[in-house]
Amino acid sequence: MNLRALWGHDVTYSFRRSPVAVGAAMMTVVCIGGALLAPWLAPQNPFDPSALDLNQAFMPPAWVAPAEARYLLGTDDQGRDILSTIMYGARISLGVGVAAVLFALVLGVTLGLLSGYLGGRLDAFIMRVADIQLSFPAILIALLVDGVARVALPADSHGEIAIPVLIFAIGISGWVQYARTVRGSTLVEKNKEYVQAARVIGRSPLAIMLRHVLPNVMGPVLVIGTIHIATAIITEATLSFLGVGVPPTRPSLGTLIRIGNEFLLSGEWWITLFPGIALVTLVLSVNLLGDWLRDALNPRLR
Amino acid sequence: MLSRGEQGPPPLLTLEDVGRAFDVSRPWLNRVIEGTPRQLLHAVDGVSFEVRKGETFALVGESGCGKSTIARLIVGLYAPSRGRIEFDGVRISDPETRVATAKLRRRMQMIFQDPYASLNPRWRVRDIVAEPIRVLGLAADQAEITSRVGVLLKQVGLAPEDGDKYPHEFSGGQRQRISIARALSGSPDFLVCDEPTSALDVSVQAQILNLMTELQSRLGLTYLFISHNLAVVSHVADRIGVMYLGRLVEIADAEELFARPKHPYTRMLLDAVPDLEMSGRQRTPVAGEVPNPLSPPTGCAFHPRCPQANERCKTERPNLIWRAEVASACHAVEENRI
Amino acid sequence: MSSAPATVLEIKNLSIEFPTRRGKLLAVDSISFSIAPGEVLGVVGESGAGKSVTGAAVIGLLDPPGRISGGEIRLEGQRIDNLSHDEMLRVRGRRIGAIFQDPLTSLNPLYTVGGQLVETIRTHLDVGAGEARERALGLLREVGIPAPEARIDHYPHQFSGGMRQRVVIALALCAEPRLIIADEPTTALDVSIQAQIIQLLKKLAREHGTAVMLITHDMGVIAETADRVAVMYAGRVAEIGPVREVVRDARHPYTVGLMGSIPKIRIASAKMHAPLVQIEGAMPRLNAIPPGCAFHPRCGKSFDRCKAERPEPRAVGSNLAACWLYE
Repeated sequence: MNLRALWGHDVTYSFRRSPVAVGAAMMTVVCIGGALLAPWLAPQNPFDPSALDLNQAFMPPAWVAPAEARYLLGTDDQGRDILSTIMYGARISLGVGVAAVLFALVLGVTLGLLSGYLGGRLDAFIMRVADIQLSFPAILIALLVDGVARVALPADSHGEIAIPVLIFAIGISGWVQYARTVRGSTLVEKNKEYVQAARVIGRSPLAIMLRHVLPNVMGPVLVIGTIHIATAIITEATLSFLGVGVPPTRPSLGTLIRIGNEFLLSGEWWITLFPGIALVTLVLSVNLLGDWLRDALNPRLR
Repeated sequence: MLSRGEQGPPPLLTLEDVGRAFDVSRPWLNRVIEGTPRQLLHAVDGVSFEVRKGETFALVGESGCGKSTIARLIVGLYAPSRGRIEFDGVRISDPETRVATAKLRRRMQMIFQDPYASLNPRWRVRDIVAEPIRVLGLAADQAEITSRVGVLLKQVGLAPEDGDKYPHEFSGGQRQRISIARALSGSPDFLVCDEPTSALDVSVQAQILNLMTELQSRLGLTYLFISHNLAVVSHVADRIGVMYLGRLVEIADAEELFARPKHPYTRMLLDAVPDLEMSGRQRTPVAGEVPNPLSPPTGCAFHPRCPQANERCKTERPNLIWRAEVASACHAVEENRI
Repeated sequence: MSSAPATVLEIKNLSIEFPTRRGKLLAVDSISFSIAPGEVLGVVGESGAGKSVTGAAVIGLLDPPGRISGGEIRLEGQRIDNLSHDEMLRVRGRRIGAIFQDPLTSLNPLYTVGGQLVETIRTHLDVGAGEARERALGLLREVGIPAPEARIDHYPHQFSGGMRQRVVIALALCAEPRLIIADEPTTALDVSIQAQIIQLLKKLAREHGTAVMLITHDMGVIAETADRVAVMYAGRVAEIGPVREVVRDARHPYTVGLMGSIPKIRIASAKMHAPLVQIEGAMPRLNAIPPGCAFHPRCGKSFDRCKAERPEPRAVGSNLAACWLYE
């Protein structure tokens, strides 16, 4: 597809016409850009002990006396620049969120496709498991997985595997909505005549699922995935806030909010407020983007 | 019943006492709680007929009569609950012989009713048409596939360049042409056509019917043509089977069926065909509607709507009886009452 | 109204456009026709010809962004194309009834058939509950529902497809409208039921003096029911005339081709496989309607003028045909 075709495409058109979508996309790009390019853009590497100066601890934002201009959003209890910690923290938050969503998406789409296309006992089993899982809040499942991992894995390796465990915990708590959506669309698609035609030709069920059904059920999955990234970031922040997420040595936005929370009442409000604003901005813009995508891809709403 | 193989070309396809029931029961938990029994829908109930090499055999009936189920039984999309289906003398309805009959199945393809649902919207036309060639390994390399797809597209009245497009860029009639090209690309000799023109506008329907007739004579194809429209059938069929509620009620040569319909249901269907000659023919619209197939009437399924029905029709189910070239399942015909 | 007007519905130079981002699409391009009391006008055409859009415009139910961009619609002499939403609500149902293809979507599954009839009657006519119920019973009897006293309290799902369409017809008739728009009323029904519904519609139009605009793609239905036919092609009326003339002696080349392409049962010929008459090509999409006569690229008799100038309907025998052949 060349650029011109892309520019004239219906989805692109609806994007150009929606100020909310453009705004959200720009915010998302700023957030992602800031996070990805943190090592080059951030004024300070907050995880490099040599760069820290405890004398600079609890500096307020630049516009509040007695501020120093080089700490735009102030510093925390260890003299780390808040803006830098936010940029580095957003890296962790985004990374965990996206990885968890990819994990949930692959798992959910696979199970949903098998469940919908093959049906029978496999379908009944997968869907009952999904029902049972849905009766627990996602955060509880993530806590459970995290707890099990802490007990089962050696204590000294916790620092390294904390992030993979977190990704697994958030991902496993989110596959159900993908599986359900894909199963529903698969049930519709598999009765369409193009699938029957492929069966008459003699294609194997696996080939039909992957080559025929899958491309036709992915639309809603991408929408759920986008919105789910926002939810996953929130879940990660919640877990980190509760202290079961990423280790404090590599703080995510949630960890930053938790750390800052301790100083909220003693007057250093900026330590928790700015990571909070960053989290809300990131989640909101990803969410708005997902909402727009849902409307743009839904022919009934067009 | 099928004792009349002495004349005409040999049968390519034979159905003998084929039946298919669908389980339409409520889920197990509902059945237990509500105390309702299992419920079976006999979509096809003891159907026997044969399709001879090179002919067009048409199955006619109203919606829900089981004609589309028969199409799907033949191409293997459903397995029959009972009876046997033979293709070129080999039984293909047996699940145990599925692998062995896979080669035979390649010789039959299907054309579907809805040209908007029968082509994968995410595939380019050339990939759609090439799919059977690829799956069946009929071409040595990509160049041969490309040239074969080009020939196929030309054969159905499209341009080879149309292969680059997606299905949504075509009209309903053109899509049905693509569907035909796909069916032909596996080089079958038997095509099952399930209402291939009923979703099309009349002028397009004429194009597709003419194309199908032309392809039949050019490629020596055998058709099983399924339709609810008797006028369409009269243009393509050599022989016709009329279905009502999962059973065949009449089989006859096309000419004979239209000139001298035997079964009261066939007569009714013929009478319901709108009069386009404006001859002022008075029609007697038939009363009643097709009964619920879940609880079909006793005896002859047509008796509640039949002007000729008597006590025997209400209790005893008529069998398909051959008389000369015509088979009908009707007590009144058997007793020479009509 | 002192005396019955000569026409119930009059459409003059009606155009309907759908603005899209790639330009305006003219779904209906300056069409005119009228329907007399008790007359059934068949509007026939292939999908995309603009027949359903015309029907929707008359009842004021055009799907946005579609809008009337020119011409006028008059119901018993009164313009209705420029009425406000509220005014149109009173016209629709009271003076114009509608019958659609799918009887299930026309009936509310949550109310009994009787309840829906009584409610509609009381919305439009000034009668009490008891009288409304009496009327509902009478209507159900009239449309041929057996045992209406028992069936009136049934829900739509308890009726079969054909019976449901009868109920829809009763619903369309219950405010005694002057005009009924029937859009593909028999398409969803089995052939044996179609005939019953057609006969019923025709009989009721006669008895009540209701004008009917019967929109369908099925020439067979038209031939059985309509008094006059309008053949539409690419948003224009190609030919209009008495049904007998159009069916047996069509003038416009499109109508001729259309009639020829309809399969008819042939009993006499031994080899029935003579090819059907076919019109090459397909109807143009709305964004690519050719200049001049919209049919000229598919027409075997077209000449230079057809490519440049659009023909207006002109009298040819008892028909009006929009074709330069009859200049």
